[in-house]
Amino acid sequence: MAIEAYTGDGWLLTKLEQLINWGRKRSPWPLPYGTACCGIEMMAALASSYDMARFGAERPSFSPRQADVLIEAGTITKKMVPVLKRIYEQMAEPKWVIAMGACACSGGVFRTYSTLQGIDQIIPVDVYVPGCPPRPEGLIYALLKLIEKIEKDHPLRKKAIQLKGELQHGT
Amino acid sequence: MGPVKQRIANEDYVTINVGPSHPAMHGTLRAIAYVSGETVLGTDLEIGYLHRGVEKLGENLTYHQFIPITDRLNYCSAIANNVAYEMAVEKLMGLDIPIKAQLIRIIMTELSRIADHIVLVGILGVDLGAFTPFFYLFLQREEIYEIFEWYNGARLTNTFGRIGGVESELPEDFEQRWLELKKGLDKAITETDKLLTRNRIWMDRTIGVSPISAQDALDWGFTGPCLRACGVKRDLRKDEPYSLYPEFDFEIPTGENGDVFDRYMVRMVEMHESVKIIDQAFKMYKELGPDEPLMAKVPKIIRPPEGEVYHAIESPNGELGFYIKSDGSDKPYRIKIRPPCFMIFQAFDDLIQGEMISDLIACLSSLNIIAGELDR
Amino acid sequence: MALKHDILKVLGNNALSFDESAGCLFVEVPKDEIIPSLKILKSELGFDFLSDLFGVDNSALYAKKAKKSKKDENNEEQADTLSSSLPRFEVIYLLLNLTTNKRLQVRIRVPEDDLTVESATSLWKAANWPERECYDMFGIKFKGHPYLRRLLMWEEFPAHPLRKDYPLEGMGEERDMKYEPEGTGHWT
Repeated sequence: MAIEAYTGDGWLLTKLEQLINWGRKRSPWPLPYGTACCGIEMMAALASSYDMARFGAERPSFSPRQADVLIEAGTITKKMVPVLKRIYEQMAEPKWVIAMGACACSGGVFRTYSTLQGIDQIIPVDVYVPGCPPRPEGLIYALLKLIEKIEKDHPLRKKAIQLKGELQHGT
Repeated sequence: MGPVKQRIANEDYVTINVGPSHPAMHGTLRAIAYVSGETVLGTDLEIGYLHRGVEKLGENLTYHQFIPITDRLNYCSAIANNVAYEMAVEKLMGLDIPIKAQLIRIIMTELSRIADHIVLVGILGVDLGAFTPFFYLFLQREEIYEIFEWYNGARLTNTFGRIGGVESELPEDFEQRWLELKKGLDKAITETDKLLTRNRIWMDRTIGVSPISAQDALDWGFTGPCLRACGVKRDLRKDEPYSLYPEFDFEIPTGENGDVFDRYMVRMVEMHESVKIIDQAFKMYKELGPDEPLMAKVPKIIRPPEGEVYHAIESPNGELGFYIKSDGSDKPYRIKIRPPCFMIFQAFDDLIQGEMISDLIACLSSLNIIAGELDR
Repeated sequence: MALKHDILKVLGNNALSFDESAGCLFVEVPKDEIIPSLKILKSELGFDFLSDLFGVDNSALYAKKAKKSKKDENNEEQADTLSSSLPRFEVIYLLLNLTTNKRLQVRIRVPEDDLTVESATSLWKAANWPERECYDMFGIKFKGHPYLRRLLMWEEFPAHPLRKDYPLEGMGEERDMKYEPEGTGHWT
C-alpha cells in the first residue's frame, strides 16, 4: 500500500481484488486435521519452538465452519474418504488446503489396498509439503507460500465465473 | 443390533458422535456415546480409519525394508518399535548382539519412552484445559529430537538400528547434551508436577474417573502403564528380561485404583526411572573402548531359517510384540504385530459406563491410544 | 522339560504335536477341541493371560513346498498330498502364565470349507476384537462371539485382505457412504 495513504490526505488507489487479498492473507486460521505421524510434527509446529502463530495461524479451530485452511497431515485411508470430503464441504468460502506429508500428497510409503494415493483425488489442494514427516519449518514455509498464493488470487473473477456457470446451467 | 444397543434398549438416550475427526488430538477413532442427560450409558467404538495394510505390506518387503514401516506404528516413540522388530528377527535367526549395540539400543529406547510419556501428559493436559504443561514439556521433547537428529538424521520417524546391531556410535558430545537434557527434563517435570498434581481442579477431574479393577484389567488383556495403574506390578523388563536390563537398578511404579490420575502419576514416575536407566547405561557405555563391534555377523541378504517366533518388549504403552513366520526366503511370510492399545481400547465401553461426557474425553486421553498402532 | 511334560499330560489325546523353535513352545490341538483345551490350560496350568489371537494363511507356503518337491522327482506323490490335504488357515492363540512368566502358543488348523471356530470370548474378554479382526482379514467365523462384524475395513468391503490370493494394491474398492438418519444405518 502506498505511503500516501499514511502521510497524505488518506486516499489510496488500488484494485478491489488486491484489497480483499490483503485482508485475507494475514490470518489463515488452520483446521489441524492430523491423522498420523505428521500430526505430531504439526503439533510441534504449533507449539512454542516453531511458533506458527507468528504468521497468522493464531487460532487452530476444530470446527470446519470457523477455519480457513485445512492442514491435512497424515495418511487418509479409503474408509476415511467420506469423512474428509464432508469436513471439506462444511468449510465456508474462502478456503484452502495444505497437504502435509508424503502420505497426503501421494500415498507415501503405503501403496496398499486401503490407502488413498493422495488426497487430491477427492479435494483440491493448494500447497503440497513433501517429507515423511516434513520438518516444522517445512510446514511454516508452506504457510508462507499459501500466503503468497492468496496475494495473487482473483476472488472476484472466480466468483464471476461461478455465477456465470450457474446462470448458464440454470441452478 | 449390537450388544450395547441391546443393553440400553429401554432407556431414553441421545446419540453423541465423538467422530473420527475431533478436537481431542488422538488420531482417528470414533466413539458413539449414548447419553442420558450427562451420563454415558454405553459406547460403540469404530476403528480402522488408519488401517494402512502394514501387515500385508510386510509380506512384500524384505526384512530390512520393513524397518521404516515399523517406525510409523507408534509414532510418538518410534525407536521402541524398531528395536522390538529387530529383536524378533534376531531371535528367529539366533544372533548374539554385541554389548555396545545393546547399550545404545537401551539408551535410545528409554529416551523415546520419555518422549512418549511427555506427549501423553501434555495432551492429557490440553484435553482437560491445562495448556501450560504442554508448552513446557514439548520444549524438552524438542531437545530429545535434537539428540535423535544428531545421531540419526531424523526427528520423529528415525529408522533406528539394523538387524544385528546399530548403525553407528553415539556422537561425541552426547554426554554434554544428555546432562543439559537431564537438567531441563527435571525442571519441566517438576514444574508440571507443581502445576497439576496437587491442583484442586486436576484432582477433581481425574481422581475416581473410570477406575478398573486389576482382575478386569487382566481379563481384558491390559499391559503397560494402564495395568500398573491398577496395582499389578508387571513389567516385561523385570518379568521376562531381555537385553541388558537385569544389570540396571530401577523401580516399577504402581497405582491403586486404575483411574485417570493413577495412569498419569505412573507415567510421571516412569520418566524419572528412565532417566536413572539412561545414566547407568551411559556409564557402562563409557567404560567400553572405541573398538567394540557395533553389529553381529549377519549376511548382506537376511534369510532366516524356516520357523516362527514371537518376541515382545516393554514399549512405553505396554507389551509390543512381533510374531514373524519365515519360509526361508528373504521376505517374511507373515508378520503379526501385537499392539498394546488394541487390547486396552476394547475395554473402553466398560471403563466409561456411568461416567459423564467430559470424563469420556479424560479417559480417552489417559489410555494413550495411538491410531497408527491400533489400526496398523 | 517339566513344562512340556505337564502340557502333554493335561491335554492328553488333544495334543497333536509339540515343538519348540527359537525359544518358543507350540502345541497343536484339533479345531473342535480348542475351547476345552484352553480351559484346561487356563485352570490347571495357570496360563491365564491371553496375549494375542490371530490367523495365518498357509496356501502360498504349501504351494511353494509342492513346487519344490515336484522338482525333486522322488517326491511327486508327496507333492500332491501336501497341497490338497493340509487345512489352509491356522488360528494361533498366545498364552502367558502370569506367575511363572512362561509363554505358550496354541494353534488350530482351519480348513477352507469349514471356517467356523468356537469363540474364546467365554474364557477371556480380551478375545473380542482380535477375533473380529481375524474375521475381517481372513474370513474365519467365530461361533458365539457377541458382535462379529468387520473391524478394520468398512462394513461393505467385499473381500478378506490378508489372504494370500488378494493383491497388495487391492482391487479398486472404494467406500461409498451415505449419511442416513438414525434407524436405517448399520448401527441400529
